Amino acid sequence: MASRDDIKFLSNPNIGGNEKKYCRFRKFGIRHIDYKDADFLEQFVNAQGKILPRRITGNSLKYQKKVAVAVKRARHLAMLPYVTDLLK
Amino acid sequence: MKNYEVTFIVDPVLSNDEIETTSKAYQTLVKDEGCSIVNVDRLGLKQLAYPINKRSSGVYYCIEFSGDTGAIIPKMELALRRDERIMRFLTVALDKYGVKYNEDKRAGKIGTVKKDKKEDKKEDKNSRGRNSRNSAKTPPPAAKKEEAAPVKKEEAAPVKKEEAAPVKKEVSAPAVVAASTPAPAAEVVTPETPVTPTPAAEAVAPVFAAAAAVTTPPTAKSEEE
Repeated sequence: MASRDDIKFLSNPNIGGNEKKYCRFRKFGIRHIDYKDADFLEQFVNAQGKILPRRITGNSLKYQKKVAVAVKRARHLAMLPYVTDLLK
Repeated sequence: MKNYEVTFIVDPVLSNDEIETTSKAYQTLVKDEGCSIVNVDRLGLKQLAYPINKRSSGVYYCIEFSGDTGAIIPKMELALRRDERIMRFLTVALDKYGVKYNEDKRAGKIGTVKKDKKEDKKEDKNSRGRNSRNSAKTPPPAAKKEEAAPVKKEEAAPVKKEEAAPVKKEVSAPAVVAASTPAPAAEVVTPETPVTPTPAAEAVAPVFAAAAAVTTPPTAKSEEE
């Protein structure tokens, strides 16, 4: 029988969480996000084509907004899908 | 001066000349309005992420231009909207970083950097699978050719020596089939090689067989040693 102490966490707290997330645009000095570069923008989108939240990508607010605009432009130009499955 | 960038998708069903003329038409329109074209980029035929007007692909064009006023934009957009050859368009005002980005991209600075990053990542992801495949498929033929030659030399030399000196080895391993020896020998040298012999190996084989026929056991033994 599992005692009560064994069921403290749903997931193992020792896994992950060691690497601090960072904003890649700040770190590498990328000032402009190209909406025509679909391969690049795919990094900020999940398998359904939804824009990933900041808490996952680690982007700063300034660049998350720019990423969102770029993804939406790319969708308008059919470089990224609006809705899909198995994008990656 | 303000910088703008208009990207549009031309219907791919048109002939190449017609596609060219459509893009030229908008270039002339931009020029007539007193704007200067910075760059015209033909991104080429691309698969669309979703069908537009029942077409699954389109020819992308991107015209970057600079003008004093934005008066051209409504005129151009109206023309683009009325044009049946244009499937989709997007006009964007570029800030200074966007202008710099486009310059760098034309100079080939940005494309390479990003590609490098991506290739690295892809290689990281696929490294295990790819390497195993490569080692299984591609290198062996080259390796075989390279290694086949040295093997010949190595064996040619010992054979001469052993022809002169020791006779007892012939007794120890007698009646080995000449044809069977080269294959295992090759396998010993390159363990990853497929069993089916490549042309190079086949070319080596007769020579090998001839040499082996003279003194089969010594060659086999020399490798074992």
